[in-house]
Amino acid sequence: MATRLKPVDVVLVGFGWTGSILAQELTDAGLQVLAIERGKFRDTVPDFATTHIQDELKYAVRNALFEEPARETLTFRNSSAETALPMRHLGSFNPASGVGGAGVHWNGQNWRFLPSDFVQRSHIEERYGKKFIPEDMTIQDWGVTYNELEPYYDKWEYMCGISGEAGNIRGKLQSGGNPFEGARARGYPLPPLKRSYATAIFDKAAREAGFKPFPCAAANTSQPYKNPYGVQMGQCTYCGYCEWFACGNYSKSSPQTTILPVLLKKDNFAYRTLCDVTRVNKDSSGKRATGVTYVDVQGREFEQPAELVILCAFAQHNVHLLLLSGIGAPYDPKTNGGVVGRNYAYQITSSVDVFLNENVNPFMGAGALGQAIDEFNGDNFDHAPHKFIGGGYIALWTTGGRPILQQHGLPDGTPKWGSDWKKARHENYLRSASIATHGSVMSYRDSYLDLDPTYRDVYGNPLLRLTFDFHDNEHKMSKFLTDKAALIGKAMKPRSIKVNYREGHYSILPYETTHNTGGAAMGTDPKTSVVNRYLQCWDMPNVFVMGASVFPQNAGYNPTGTVGALTFWAADAIRNRYMKNPGQLIHT
Amino acid sequence: MGNPTNVRTLRISRRNLLRASAIAVAAGCGVIPRVAWCATPNSSTGSRGSEAFAYFTQDEIAFLDAAVDRLIPADDLGPGAKEANVTFFIDQQMAGSFGRAETWYMQGPWKQGTPQQGYQLKLTPAQLYRAGIRNVNEYCQRTFKKDFSELDAGIRDRVLHGLEKGDIALRDTPAKDFFEMLLKNTGEGFFADPIYGGNQHFAGWTLLGFPGPRYNYINEIDQFGKPYTLPPVGLAGRNGSPAKRNV
Repeated sequence: MATRLKPVDVVLVGFGWTGSILAQELTDAGLQVLAIERGKFRDTVPDFATTHIQDELKYAVRNALFEEPARETLTFRNSSAETALPMRHLGSFNPASGVGGAGVHWNGQNWRFLPSDFVQRSHIEERYGKKFIPEDMTIQDWGVTYNELEPYYDKWEYMCGISGEAGNIRGKLQSGGNPFEGARARGYPLPPLKRSYATAIFDKAAREAGFKPFPCAAANTSQPYKNPYGVQMGQCTYCGYCEWFACGNYSKSSPQTTILPVLLKKDNFAYRTLCDVTRVNKDSSGKRATGVTYVDVQGREFEQPAELVILCAFAQHNVHLLLLSGIGAPYDPKTNGGVVGRNYAYQITSSVDVFLNENVNPFMGAGALGQAIDEFNGDNFDHAPHKFIGGGYIALWTTGGRPILQQHGLPDGTPKWGSDWKKARHENYLRSASIATHGSVMSYRDSYLDLDPTYRDVYGNPLLRLTFDFHDNEHKMSKFLTDKAALIGKAMKPRSIKVNYREGHYSILPYETTHNTGGAAMGTDPKTSVVNRYLQCWDMPNVFVMGASVFPQNAGYNPTGTVGALTFWAADAIRNRYMKNPGQLIHT
Repeated sequence: MGNPTNVRTLRISRRNLLRASAIAVAAGCGVIPRVAWCATPNSSTGSRGSEAFAYFTQDEIAFLDAAVDRLIPADDLGPGAKEANVTFFIDQQMAGSFGRAETWYMQGPWKQGTPQQGYQLKLTPAQLYRAGIRNVNEYCQRTFKKDFSELDAGIRDRVLHGLEKGDIALRDTPAKDFFEMLLKNTGEGFFADPIYGGNQHFAGWTLLGFPGPRYNYINEIDQFGKPYTLPPVGLAGRNGSPAKRNV
């Protein structure tokens, strides 16, 4: 029998980026906020100290900061004709566990989506006609526009202390920045990071090939920075241990380095760690959430009443909780009806390894130290002759040269072991780099999340089931991007290049990217979306859903910047709309 | 699997037993198999010089020495995996949480999946090694009348290629899965920080020119093309052989 606890105004399920932002914003509005986190509490001191955090085996290989499939995983299959089997260990993506969420272990690659990305379907229909969109492609408009989100992107970037070069300030193009980006109100709070040698070689080659390369915006601080909350960050030292690691230097934007020092002092905020939320509870009408049920580390069950329930867990976990709680109609691919689990998407990546003549010291780097071109992202180019939708950026990142996992591919023909392999590693480690393509994935009728009929989690609940594969549209797009990347690779005048196309089925391993999206899509129509433009559930107005789970399809950029902007946007709607008149904010 | 009356079983403290039970319960499996599993290192667990092996037997150590020596051989570029103590590294990994698949989802039902569905064996990594080594030695006895470790380098290479391609059928485990795990762990041992027992004297890092997890390159990163010449440091500093003292 669950112990009933004292009610709070707001309960947040998950205490990562979105939970931290909402906690900060909603406590500012005077609400009593409680965050419930499945993982541990952790902070820069003592957990991330540089005396032990730069440990590739422990963190990057053995996954010390990530969720443990033994406690929470999903089952996977490429199509509904197959039987889904459990993801027994992490592979294709690495969700976090613990306070700060994936904001602790990300690289800090920070982007805004393009204005056209937010009106994906109407934009494509207008430019290319309705027939350009394949019948089984279920893309839709987000219900919020870039211009509406711009102030919230700005808020996110100034909170994080993003280092970058603006490309478009209030419609005026800026030299050196990304000329394709949407107009921004002002430049980045910090100048770009220093260049690595490899990014400088890429920049020169891309320019010579006729492109407009720019330094990628980084949530790694190029200089000391104090954010609007008054939290101080230090200058990045280019140690090369960002992604899969926590930063011991206060140089990578995370909840710990930007929000928690202020939030944790507030009397109207509390958090509980090592607690798994198992249900969102509903009243007898089924139309209103009454709070959540969670299980603590001792196995005790608690009922936490709350006026407002906000799901802030990692993308697919929000969807899992909606399905377990019976909020919103589950998606059914046979009838194309229902919404929860619909429009799961991902990203499609590929690479071109470049074996250089120069010694580029790959170990000196930062998670978001990169140079990119954006000519082939979104709808920045005419898709009519290519017969596919979407695109991606092409970038050379110098994130580090960690020796177990980070050496880029070896030249074609190198064996996988033995003396020749050893020689190839010796000859190429200091003299190689890799160009990455980061491609969008559209949503489809047959890509979805639901509950598995067989496999159970530690509480006996059905695991989430992922049914997903790449489609022709994405393969065509990715090949197109990869060929462009190869052009730049050759223009870098290397000894040789190795082109790694992304072909065949999507696979649950090895690692590709933790940019899982959808399942609780936002939109303008309750028949095709779980949440409205304010991230509020259509079916239960006192439940909001955050994070990439609300993306109706995925763009060709890393998602965190957009996740941050959407969270500030939703926080604003809760503060200035919902609190004044609690109830459904959009009437259809 | 191990001898149930061995010394190691008796050494399990009450505290560890409780911890093991808690883990087993949390993982949704029975207490008894998990504790029995913790006791797997048996009385014939190997030793070599000052190193105390925690999981592998002498025969298994001989197999691994002979295998990792071919995967990353010693040559004119420097020491190989055997010299870098990778066998000991793998042993320590198998005796720990990775070897026991502690963070993995290990509930049934067990089915063979598509390649895209990833690892679907019921075996933990440590169990995979035990079965794989036993099976490869059986194959070598059948084919060459010798254990793997007694074969010439060229023949060992042939056997390893046969495992890699799946041309050799093993009795208890898919050869490719075993080989893939062995190759992956060998690379980890050669390149992980020496505190884990491998990469002794920074053998792996020296091969590459990786100077170790240094903290600050603010002044060096934009000196394009300039070699970085400081010697490797690990998490335990300049000591490239720290693990031995701790075992």
